[in-house]
Amino acid sequence: MLVARLAALAAAALCVVSVAHAKTLRWASQGDALTLDPHSQNEGPTTAMNQHIYDPLISRDPKLAKVPNLALSWKPIAPDTWEFKLRPDVKFSDGTPLTADDVVFSYQRAQAPTSDFRAYISSVKEVKAVDPLTVHIVTNGPNPILPDYTTSIMIMSRAWAEKHNVTKPQSFKDKEETYAVRNAMGTGPYTVKQRDPDVRTVLSKSPTYWGAKQFPDYPDELVYTPVKEPATRVAALISGQVDFVLDAPLQDIARIRQTAGLKTEETAQVRSIFLGLDMGSAELKYSDVKGKNPFADKRVRQAMYQAIDINAIKAKVMRNFSAPAGLVTSPGVHGHTAALDQRLKYDVAAAKKLMAEAGYPNGFSVTLDCPNDRYNNDEQICQAVTGMLAQIGIKVDLQARSKTLHFPKLQKKDTSFFLLGWGVPTLDSHYVFTFLYQTNEAAKKVGGWNFTGYSNAKMDELTSAMLREVDQAKRDRMIADAWALAVADMPYLPLHHQLIVWSMSDKVTIPIFANDSPNFKYAKIK
Amino acid sequence: MLAFIVSRLLQSLAVMLAVSFLCFTLFNFVGDPVNNMVGQEASPAERAEMRRELGLEDSVVVQFARFLGNAMTGNFGKSYRLARPVADLIVERMPATLELVAVAALLALAMGIPLGVLTALRRDSIDSGAIMTFSLAGVAMPTFVIGILLIYVFSVECKSWAPGLGLPSDWCFPSFGRGETVKLGWWNTGLLTASGLKAIVLPAFTLSLFQMTLVLRLVRSQMLEVLRTDYIKFARARGLTDRAVHFRHALKNTLLPVITVIGIQIGGLIAFSIITETVFQWPGMGQLFIQSVQFADIPVMAAYLVMVSFIFVAINFFVDLLYAAIDPRLRLDRARLGTAGG
Repeated sequence: MLVARLAALAAAALCVVSVAHAKTLRWASQGDALTLDPHSQNEGPTTAMNQHIYDPLISRDPKLAKVPNLALSWKPIAPDTWEFKLRPDVKFSDGTPLTADDVVFSYQRAQAPTSDFRAYISSVKEVKAVDPLTVHIVTNGPNPILPDYTTSIMIMSRAWAEKHNVTKPQSFKDKEETYAVRNAMGTGPYTVKQRDPDVRTVLSKSPTYWGAKQFPDYPDELVYTPVKEPATRVAALISGQVDFVLDAPLQDIARIRQTAGLKTEETAQVRSIFLGLDMGSAELKYSDVKGKNPFADKRVRQAMYQAIDINAIKAKVMRNFSAPAGLVTSPGVHGHTAALDQRLKYDVAAAKKLMAEAGYPNGFSVTLDCPNDRYNNDEQICQAVTGMLAQIGIKVDLQARSKTLHFPKLQKKDTSFFLLGWGVPTLDSHYVFTFLYQTNEAAKKVGGWNFTGYSNAKMDELTSAMLREVDQAKRDRMIADAWALAVADMPYLPLHHQLIVWSMSDKVTIPIFANDSPNFKYAKIK
Repeated sequence: MLAFIVSRLLQSLAVMLAVSFLCFTLFNFVGDPVNNMVGQEASPAERAEMRRELGLEDSVVVQFARFLGNAMTGNFGKSYRLARPVADLIVERMPATLELVAVAALLALAMGIPLGVLTALRRDSIDSGAIMTFSLAGVAMPTFVIGILLIYVFSVECKSWAPGLGLPSDWCFPSFGRGETVKLGWWNTGLLTASGLKAIVLPAFTLSLFQMTLVLRLVRSQMLEVLRTDYIKFARARGLTDRAVHFRHALKNTLLPVITVIGIQIGGLIAFSIITETVFQWPGMGQLFIQSVQFADIPVMAAYLVMVSFIFVAINFFVDLLYAAIDPRLRLDRARLGTAGG
């Protein structure tokens, strides 16, 4: 009798123990978040981490569609004003309620001179709290895509920020670090349990999360460790030391798929890779053609386009992890269509003919600037392109550099021919046009990444107009016209859209996000 | 002796200043940190403004003078990448690197010296030949290859062969990281926990391999030379046991140049730790340095280089003192010169 009772007690105790076992997901990627301050750094790993602690008004689901987050609904109530109705009963992890005042504070903070999101929401003139659950955002002129921009602005608690003296994001001029660099408190699914930058970050489930019913099963604990060396990262996954790796090198994906207990998820990323040509200069800086600019002639540009065998690059360089492109923006971006994304045919003979017609039957030489640590297999892509262009007589001198050296060079417009990739956080074509296609005018803050010298008044006009056009149908027509112009004028030679592959243990289920930013509240771990 | 110490100190200072100035001239070529600090929407005007405010537009001499001035007050600036004071970062990361280097140096000595003695005493036997060949591999293989190989064998494939040898399944070594650490004041040690000890084995072995073969060959050649000297012959003639001859007399004399070399090599260990730390994701100063180079995080790079040159210079200084203390000949000479000089 006693034995039986003891056995029952033991069994019950065991059950309790196994149920109480925390579900921990250990994940790794190459780069850690730089800071836990959500308005300080607008870059991938940082926003990927902070989205677990903080929430924006509107967020994106795995298909990158906008879903209500802290804002339950939104609509334009005037050409330059959007109204956002907030979700009721949302609490910060310290128990205090979220109000419209916190939203006002957060947007003001994101517009501070030390915020890296300042340029991002430059169109926002004013944010007003109409009542505790309603916010009006007033923009400079009509802005039909303002909701797309709100997905990146995280909401902080005014009271917490004032208490810890972090009402402004960190300035590089401050001697000390601010409290928000390693501490965070938001309305999100997780709270910060431990933060050791570049070593280990532990997030644990927030007891006050408003979405607990909508996401009942997400991991109790997230343990993030950055692992810089690609081989070590893969080894860690295969040996079982981590459960999820965001960015295993493409050449190891086959091996990971063959390993028992591991699987991969892949999807087209919202990032396109392309070549840029300096077509605006009178003479190319880094070429042997004097007195004229071969890239100014569309026939030369088209010849180069048609001489690149992108399917060979896909098969050999990218190990089949790329999607050949005809546009410099990817599926998922509003304005992208499959019809527009068709490439010109790979045809070396036609390319040679075009070169001869343009007056360069023997080709010429030019320097290609390429990063070697920014995009998937970037340097190898450039090497392949070098070989392919040699077939039509263009002798390419490849200069591959770290991104820290490559981008400043481009920004000084110190290049004739370069490789670039472009992602679109707002998922709207205007973002692409304003940075890559508008005439580069520093004073007007447009064309900031247009290093091709491309300048077309019609394109500029369409881009400014589509920013303010509230009529959806009219706006879509403008976008379509602008893309047709972009394809016809060809200042860029599209290559492909990147494919991202996430590797994980079979115990983990998570839908893959095309913006390469895993949100683990959508994850489950056995 | 005092004159010696003072002159060496001044020399050390001069070396450090020269190294730091050279490094500063190089920083002009590392790239633009501002580009890494702002998002892609920032305008060119904003980037230029930031460069000006960070002082990156000033000349090398001005930047260097500003750095020295701040360094005197212990202010090494703030990391562009992590927005934290550089001094804090270095202090946080130093224990990891120093522990790794200490364990690696100990391993190199603990294995190099006995093996060197063995190969010297039994110079033509088979095991000597095998050890010498193995030592060639240690010198020839790059550190990162050794590291990845060890991870592959003892971490990834371990689950396949460990059960066959009767070892428990969690015997395998971790592929990266430092394991659990214990904080003693400001020092974060990994040597007091089981996982920490397990985690340090592979990285320390990787780092020590090069030094181990160096010590091995050095001890071997020194020992062979010492065994040929007169005083050893006389000791043998007198009838002292082999053990007394080899270990009491020969080994002590062998170790003198070894100590000098090891001292200098400790600096090399700290330098090579960059690669080992990157492969094993060891959170030490080497990894911090590599990341700051890739980011063009100049304050961290400057502070790291100054600190490494300080370590090199300090170690060499102590090695010189130690040498003078150990070698009676040097002491006698100095004493004689001293009395002669009055």
